[in-house]
Amino acid sequence: MARYVAKRCAYAVLMLFGVSLILFAIMRLAPGGPEAVLIGGEFSPDVAAEVRARLGLDRPLLAQYASWVLAATRGDLGRSFKTGDPVATLVLDRLGPTLQLTGGALVLALSVALPLGVLAAVRRNTVWDALASSVSLFGVSFPSFWLGIMLILLFSQTLGLLPPSGLSEYGREGDLGARLRHAVLPTLTLALIQMASFMRFTRSSVLEVLEQDYVRTARAKGVPDRRVIWHHALRNALIPVVTVVGLSLPVLVGGAVLTETVFAWPGIGRLAVGAVFERDYPVIMGVNLMVSTVVIGANLLTDLAYCAIDPRISYR
Amino acid sequence: MRALGRLGRNQRGVLGGLVVAVMLAAGTLAPLIAPYSYSTQSLLKRLQGPSAAHWLGTDGFGRDLLTRVIWGSRVSLEIGFLATSLSLVVGTLLGGAAAYAGGRADTAIMRVADMFMAIPALFLILVVVALFGSGLVNTALVIGLVTWAHVARVVRAECLSLAARDFVDAARALGAGHPRILGRHLLVNALPVIVVQATLLLGQTILIESGLSYLGLGAQPPLPSWGNMIVEGRQFLASAWWVATFPGVAIFVTVLGFNLFGDGLRDALDPRLRAGN
Repeated sequence: MARYVAKRCAYAVLMLFGVSLILFAIMRLAPGGPEAVLIGGEFSPDVAAEVRARLGLDRPLLAQYASWVLAATRGDLGRSFKTGDPVATLVLDRLGPTLQLTGGALVLALSVALPLGVLAAVRRNTVWDALASSVSLFGVSFPSFWLGIMLILLFSQTLGLLPPSGLSEYGREGDLGARLRHAVLPTLTLALIQMASFMRFTRSSVLEVLEQDYVRTARAKGVPDRRVIWHHALRNALIPVVTVVGLSLPVLVGGAVLTETVFAWPGIGRLAVGAVFERDYPVIMGVNLMVSTVVIGANLLTDLAYCAIDPRISYR
Repeated sequence: MRALGRLGRNQRGVLGGLVVAVMLAAGTLAPLIAPYSYSTQSLLKRLQGPSAAHWLGTDGFGRDLLTRVIWGSRVSLEIGFLATSLSLVVGTLLGGAAAYAGGRADTAIMRVADMFMAIPALFLILVVVALFGSGLVNTALVIGLVTWAHVARVVRAECLSLAARDFVDAARALGAGHPRILGRHLLVNALPVIVVQATLLLGQTILIESGLSYLGLGAQPPLPSWGNMIVEGRQFLASAWWVATFPGVAIFVTVLGFNLFGDGLRDALDPRLRAGN
């Protein structure tokens, strides 16, 4: 087990290294640079060269990348070109709201998708099955930002029940009730999109498990239906669902970019959008590295979770 | 032919196919069927609700929304088809090569795919499009080059299972070379999976393009795209709900059509792959 975890951790570090290399290459291959955004208006080549030198962009690419990697291993992701703030602080400040949003959406999506997926499988070809199929098909077809706008139109503009944007009201940042009210619409938007694929996989996975011999044996032995489904079938059916949850994380975090923009949610997605428009290279690197770390870390945990769900899976 | 017959009996698949056909026709025939010009502004007609003259109403510049939705389908489908084609070509070649070559080549290709899958696609696309420019071709290229990894995984898995079959051994015994085995035996037999992937991916690329347009990185005004129409409509949400609503409905219906058609195709081409059946 320890060897497996060590091997997976080493692989995760290699992946992060690769991700940083891909991002660095993309940014440095792009035409233009951050000087036009930083100076603004018209400027002479001398001024541009001076700004590039100040930012360290005149050094050889390999040297720039090597010093970035060395600093990153010490937890120093550089400073924002625009504000001069440490990138690590900027990113960590914004990570909290994004994790709140994506975590809340994940919990909400799973708590609806699992029971409805099981119900659709157990009551196959009934109205429940049709409902689950429709929800899952509709869910993957909605553009998340539009769904968010429609929820604002309904719950904020028309019914006046929930606030349309922001993390909380100005001056009431510590008020938990206000924060929860602000979180409802963005969390719902993100959750509705994810619910679809979770429900679909739960249904097909439970259907497959219900055909297995051990389920038939349990039923033949007189085990009550409820216990057969929740104890024997669901536990085994959860393995592919856990895989899908792990694989859906990039989609969930990616979806946060649009959801945060629609709801003016001060998370990492909005930081990324601002940084790419301002060509703030250190912030772009920092945000993407942090997001990739979360995704790769979560996938690692997903793999480890298999063991807890199914003791037959061993680590080699 | 039997697959076509099975597809014809699948009501949801047929419905999806019809939606796709209507959207394709609308996009292709936009200059002929759009009732007005997509760019002519009229301040006297701004923010008019749906009526006989303007079925879907008008936007903040007095432009006919139906016309712009029809033209928007052209932009979305152009980017969708280009991006999907690129993603399929790159993903199929790399996935097929990884499965067939095995060993270090397989490991190298799939580790690169893992890296692309570790960065949320929208983050990566956002970075590339913002830095390299947001023209139609650029956007399509970037979406295609970022989404290839998923296709490669699916194609690799299918080719791995096919490579273990007797007909591949037979082809090898008859002296077929590597390109022939990969091209004529593995990829051709993996075609049903690839076609289904293509249909589902088209829906996804349309969603990604609309998201980029919403962030201001897709088609640039006055060329209408569904995403930038929603952004423009957002500011009139309280007074003119239709401006942001109808382009979103168009995206939803189109993507739903591709998903229904893709599911129908999957059931028709390969009954083993039927979801939950």
